[in-house]
Amino acid sequence: MKPSLFVARSKAIAARGLGPETMVMSATNSTLFTLNEVASVIWRSIDGTTPLWEIVAREVCANYDVALDVALEDAEAVVRGLAQHGILILSEKPIPVAIGSSRADQ
Amino acid sequence: MSRATANKRKSAVVVEIGGVPIRLHCDNAVFLEQIEERYAGYVSSSSHAGVDFEIHLAPPDTASGDEALEVKWESGHWLMKRGDFRAEWNPYSLQGRIEQTINPFSLDSVLRIVHTFLLAREGGFLLHASSAIRNGSAFLFSGVSGAGKTTMARLAPPDVVVLTDEASYVTRRGREYFAVGTPFFGELARVGANERAPVEGLYLLAKGPVNKIEPIDRADAVRALLRNILFFARETDFVEMVFDAAFDFVDRVPIRRLTFTPNFRVWEMFI
Repeated sequence: MKPSLFVARSKAIAARGLGPETMVMSATNSTLFTLNEVASVIWRSIDGTTPLWEIVAREVCANYDVALDVALEDAEAVVRGLAQHGILILSEKPIPVAIGSSRADQ
Repeated sequence: MSRATANKRKSAVVVEIGGVPIRLHCDNAVFLEQIEERYAGYVSSSSHAGVDFEIHLAPPDTASGDEALEVKWESGHWLMKRGDFRAEWNPYSLQGRIEQTINPFSLDSVLRIVHTFLLAREGGFLLHASSAIRNGSAFLFSGVSGAGKTTMARLAPPDVVVLTDEASYVTRRGREYFAVGTPFFGELARVGANERAPVEGLYLLAKGPVNKIEPIDRADAVRALLRNILFFARETDFVEMVFDAAFDFVDRVPIRRLTFTPNFRVWEMFI
């Protein structure tokens, strides 16, 4: 069984919702990312302490017609991609401090 | 007036861009004259200044042309350095120091960076764009290098007041955005008029066979704007201010795509 993945937002970002999408800018290199609707749902739920599978089950599978394993695989690919750019922090243990700024929820 | 006072050498020049007077102190009279010439139209006769810089000139052979620009926040100061200058600025005391060779264009870079800090605090920004005033309204033309910023400035008819062909100075006053003239120029090699007007719209430039203006969606507008805002610092607070400014600007100012053929008729669409 795969270990749970915990995800937190980096402090070095600026993020704003734009309709169903979310725009995220890395403060380190000014790279701009646009998250689609589903990725935005996950983004808003990221808190460092809820496992990714639970977020996907609760926020994605409950609202979109998609199986958990498929949605989780996609979500992991997205968060790992964003983590490579320093937008997200990943851990196999809960990330205790709320790292993301509240402004990222807007 | 005593002879001593009359003969007193000038030790500073005040350059006022966007209504922000910056006093530049230097003990080299030749360099001060160069500054007055470079910033003609923006040199203030008043001695009042909100920001002060001490400029220390280094010998010409100390410049290293290949060192990339670095801007960082350290111990309560913004530090800026490139091959041809090193500068620090305290945004609380508004005092700073520049070490550079005798080259007004090094100073130009420092001023651009400092103005991005000052503008961000009030929700404004410097934008890769030419800008001009016609009939009391300002038009911004933005795009990457080669998109037509300078071309739009060159094609401007006589009744159009060109503010810049390179770096547009956008300030916010209440709910309104204004474009302000700058001495920062590109290929046009001409200082912009020191005037201001409310922004009518931002036009993203593309060259094409016919002149046309098209709407773009909000997300594309934000993306395009963020690509063209000049910001040099990477600190999160600063990036958030710029980010907020971009979203607010898009909410308040129409942003459209302007496809144009480079001839004077393009200005018929801006009256």
